[in-house]
Amino acid sequence: MEFAELIKTPRVDGVVLRRPFQPTVEGTLCLTGHHLILSSRQDNTEELWLLHANIDCIEKRFVGTLGTIIVKCKDLRVIQLDIPGMEECLNIASSIEALSTLDSVSLMYPFFYRPMFEVIEDGWNSFLPEDSFKDLESMTDEWRLSDVNQDYCVCASYPPLVAVPKDVDDDTLRKAAAFRHAGRFPVLSYYHKKNGMVMMRSGQPLTGTNGRRCKEDEKLINATLRAGKRGYIIDTRTIAVAQQAKARGGGFESEANYPQWRRIHKAIERSSVLQESLIKLVEACNDQSHNMDRWLSKLEASNWQTHVKEILTTACLAAQCIDREGASVLVHGTEGTDSTLQVTSLAQIILDPTCRTIRGFQALVEREWLQAGHPFQQRCVQSAYGNGSSVKVRCEAPVFLLFLDCVWQILRQFPCSFQFSEHFLVLLFEHAYASQFGTFLGNSAAERAKLKLSQKTVSLWSWVNRPQEAQRLSNPLYEANSLVIWPSVAPQSLLLWEGVFLRWNRSSRCLDEAYEEMVHIIEYNKELQNKVNSLRRQLAELETDDPLQHTE
Amino acid sequence: METIVMEHIRLPKVENVRLIDTVTSRRASVGTLYLTATHTIFVENETEILTETWVLHSLVFSVEKQASTTTGCPLLVRCKNFQVLQFVIPQERDCHDVHVSLLHLSRPEHYEELYCFSYNANSDREDRRKAWDFINLKAEYSRMGLPNHLWKLTPANHHYKVSDTYPADLYVPKSATPPVIMGSSKFRSRGRFPTLAVFPPTQAAICRSSQPLSGFSARCLEDEQMLEAIVRSNPRSDFMYVVDTRPKLNAMANRAAGKGYENEDNYSNIKFHFVGIENIHVMRNSLQKMLEVSEAHFPSMSYFLEGLESSGWLKHIKAVVDAGVFITKAIAEEGISVLVHCSDGWDRTAQVCSVASVLLDPYYRTLKGLMVLIERDWVSFGHKFSHRNNHLNGDPKEVSPVIDQFLECVWQLSEQFPCAFEYNERFLITIHHHVYSCQYGNFIGNNQKERTELGLQEKTHSLWTYLWKNRTDYINPLYRPDHSQTQGVLRPLTAPYCFKFWGALYNRFDRGIHPRQSVMEYLMAIREETQQLEEQLASHEMASSMAGQEECWYKGQQYARTEGLMM
Repeated sequence: MEFAELIKTPRVDGVVLRRPFQPTVEGTLCLTGHHLILSSRQDNTEELWLLHANIDCIEKRFVGTLGTIIVKCKDLRVIQLDIPGMEECLNIASSIEALSTLDSVSLMYPFFYRPMFEVIEDGWNSFLPEDSFKDLESMTDEWRLSDVNQDYCVCASYPPLVAVPKDVDDDTLRKAAAFRHAGRFPVLSYYHKKNGMVMMRSGQPLTGTNGRRCKEDEKLINATLRAGKRGYIIDTRTIAVAQQAKARGGGFESEANYPQWRRIHKAIERSSVLQESLIKLVEACNDQSHNMDRWLSKLEASNWQTHVKEILTTACLAAQCIDREGASVLVHGTEGTDSTLQVTSLAQIILDPTCRTIRGFQALVEREWLQAGHPFQQRCVQSAYGNGSSVKVRCEAPVFLLFLDCVWQILRQFPCSFQFSEHFLVLLFEHAYASQFGTFLGNSAAERAKLKLSQKTVSLWSWVNRPQEAQRLSNPLYEANSLVIWPSVAPQSLLLWEGVFLRWNRSSRCLDEAYEEMVHIIEYNKELQNKVNSLRRQLAELETDDPLQHTE
Repeated sequence: METIVMEHIRLPKVENVRLIDTVTSRRASVGTLYLTATHTIFVENETEILTETWVLHSLVFSVEKQASTTTGCPLLVRCKNFQVLQFVIPQERDCHDVHVSLLHLSRPEHYEELYCFSYNANSDREDRRKAWDFINLKAEYSRMGLPNHLWKLTPANHHYKVSDTYPADLYVPKSATPPVIMGSSKFRSRGRFPTLAVFPPTQAAICRSSQPLSGFSARCLEDEQMLEAIVRSNPRSDFMYVVDTRPKLNAMANRAAGKGYENEDNYSNIKFHFVGIENIHVMRNSLQKMLEVSEAHFPSMSYFLEGLESSGWLKHIKAVVDAGVFITKAIAEEGISVLVHCSDGWDRTAQVCSVASVLLDPYYRTLKGLMVLIERDWVSFGHKFSHRNNHLNGDPKEVSPVIDQFLECVWQLSEQFPCAFEYNERFLITIHHHVYSCQYGNFIGNNQKERTELGLQEKTHSLWTYLWKNRTDYINPLYRPDHSQTQGVLRPLTAPYCFKFWGALYNRFDRGIHPRQSVMEYLMAIREETQQLEEQLASHEMASSMAGQEECWYKGQQYARTEGLMM
């Protein structure tokens, strides 16, 4: 097997593991095909089990014959391994480098992982498009499920089934697809039950410099408007960027050809800019030597919080158009696979209470990210420490992480309105970058089908939806809130997501204790409620029952 | 006094005034503006529920009349509790009158004009007097185990003979003789000689003083003996730290004026240390800059973060906490006594001693403990509340948010140790409010001598009893006395990213930017409900055990009785 070839030294004794805020561990380092394992061979000491896929990059240092490998992980943790012996250290380092950058998806751990838990519900079948369409059908008959993309020919990044206006036939869809970036014709993203307004998403129209138009595309989106009503097109790019896109064959909907639509431009940055931002932010967070001025200026210069604010603002705008203006909305940027999905999914968090439940949020991630063709594998191939040494075109970007950050911001402002806690968001961040589950492998439904992920790997949702896990991820403060929740986007309201960015840079003991205390307070209250209720019942029975019957 | 105040009110009532929402600057409510002897009151027209905005004159920081527009004349009122009110008054003349009136009303010339002297003035004299005894510093010193075989109470400052800004009761090393105290006091600014501030359970002590009048070469034998006496009253160590909380440059500049800092060559057994907290003027400007940023309309993220950085505010907060951490380490880990001073020893010194106290002793993380701490380190040791908080029309250069910074330091710590504090954020914000409000007598005057002369305990109410009566509002639901993080010394991380902008205080009145649901309030409600449930449970249990007895009794009797009698 090829893994064995890559592992030059499978085992080294006397390795010292150093992690900030945790005691140093000495033990034996083992390399397997998918894991880096450090075992102290003592019962009570924590061991390190690290997926190679979680390793973003490594650095080597030598002092005499003592080698040190700094391992920087995609979940942003940094650990240090002191390895006696220069040769061992070099061997380990080169093995880690090779194993953490495997080219072939089918060599990834999910294909080898066998669950140690009983799969009660197969997550691969938990959120099928057919099922979500049934929910839609219960609310409206104006939409249909089209299988025009059955063989992924019309749009390579769309799923086989998409919801489109009932009156628009597949032929029209095909023509509209030819007019949209990568075939991403406008499809339904969200139906607002309260007033019947919808949110659609697509790729940019291919108007080019000559102002091409496509009657079918116009017909398709106009079919979503009520008589006499206007809709909004939210272009996630600035007008300048959208103008520039024309030169490369892209563009935006002109007023002349789309008279029933009002176009609004926002300024969500492209993915390469977001990646730079993440690198700068994490660098700022990891530098302990900073004084206050430098910390704040680096935090500012990273622009991360600016991106969070811009994305949330755009999502609020989309939600406002739908809920307050009573208008339908089409969202797109360039490809329609990144900023577009941030906006459409966040708008649903704001508008739809279902998306704030544990299952509902999974369904949202499934629908608006996985099925919608966000290229997870490309975007998550490197995290904040990626050194860009690869020759390939760089396409990694923290698009999904930014989405999770924005959800966290809303969760922080509405701490009682979400069924899940911050842990769930952190878990999704971790698994998007490195996982034993197959959920986030591949870049589209087509690729996932080709890899036969549903047969060969376990779904993350199979794990998450087990009762014990769902319990762990649930928010003790949750009280179902059926309202639309409008977050504040003032800079004072948007904080650095400490649970991800400062997670490894401080001890979490006191905060964990506070969380446990909170859970304790709530559980104790529930326990008392139950006791009081059952006592009340007993008393009531004593008072009303015939004592003869009662004693028998 | 009432008549003097009333003279200032040129116009008691203006109609059709608009109050602009300063956050959105769009929404406005129309109503009537009233000026009373103590408050500005805005009553909204035509609302279902009566909506009133009351602002105490003593809380007004500035009143600014802006250029007239077609819709009227804007009047911007900024308050010391960070409320900002923008009124638009239809007539320029009226606006002028309100402006002039408010300027007078918010800057009284005499203490007797302050609100605390008229607030609830008719309550029982004896009750009021007793309420002041609730926080008792004698009890605090004996709680710390004083006097003892190392430290004694000195009568040196009775009648404020030695230092008119120090309290009458002071603790000094047992070996410090009256001539040493007198000599040392003459060598210190304002006579503020080294005296005990805090006596933690370890035998190392925190002492405080003002700067020595050392100039470039002066020395004072008694002062040197005084420090030697402090070293000797800690059997665990043969030296002590002298912490000058000022930046070194400032301390050096003071030497030219015949002041300065201790020369290690003259004092045997001291280690000298600067911690670099800036002076009151820097702090005042820093707060102003930060407030400009926090009040901006629709600021971008960059504007906010850049502004926060250039204000320097969090840097100053960090400097105070760092100083507290330094002293805490010296006391708790090394067992070495510390003398803290700045220039006069009533601003930075108070901050640092208080922060160290909070870190060292869990008692100061309780409601009562924080009250005692403020009473001891700030009120009794002569923090100049009247000057710093601008209670009277005074020198604007004396104003500085020194105690604000201390309260923020406590808040920053409570963010790192959510279970360690008995009090919640609301407690800190309420104290902040009343430090400025002049509703209670606690923070009137600049020192104990002034306060005694003003007869505050006879004529005004104490804030502490009010807070204690309402303590359920101020309890942190996460607090548990037996928590590991509650006990012992707090060891906070002071990396820059551990300090956050305190929106709940500085944007206190901009509701829109706060979390829409509060975990703290939710948990407080749960706790209250839990208490009720506990009571119900107890009464139900009693009822059911009685019913159970009845049932047994009934079973015995069931054949003997008719059914009609049963119920």
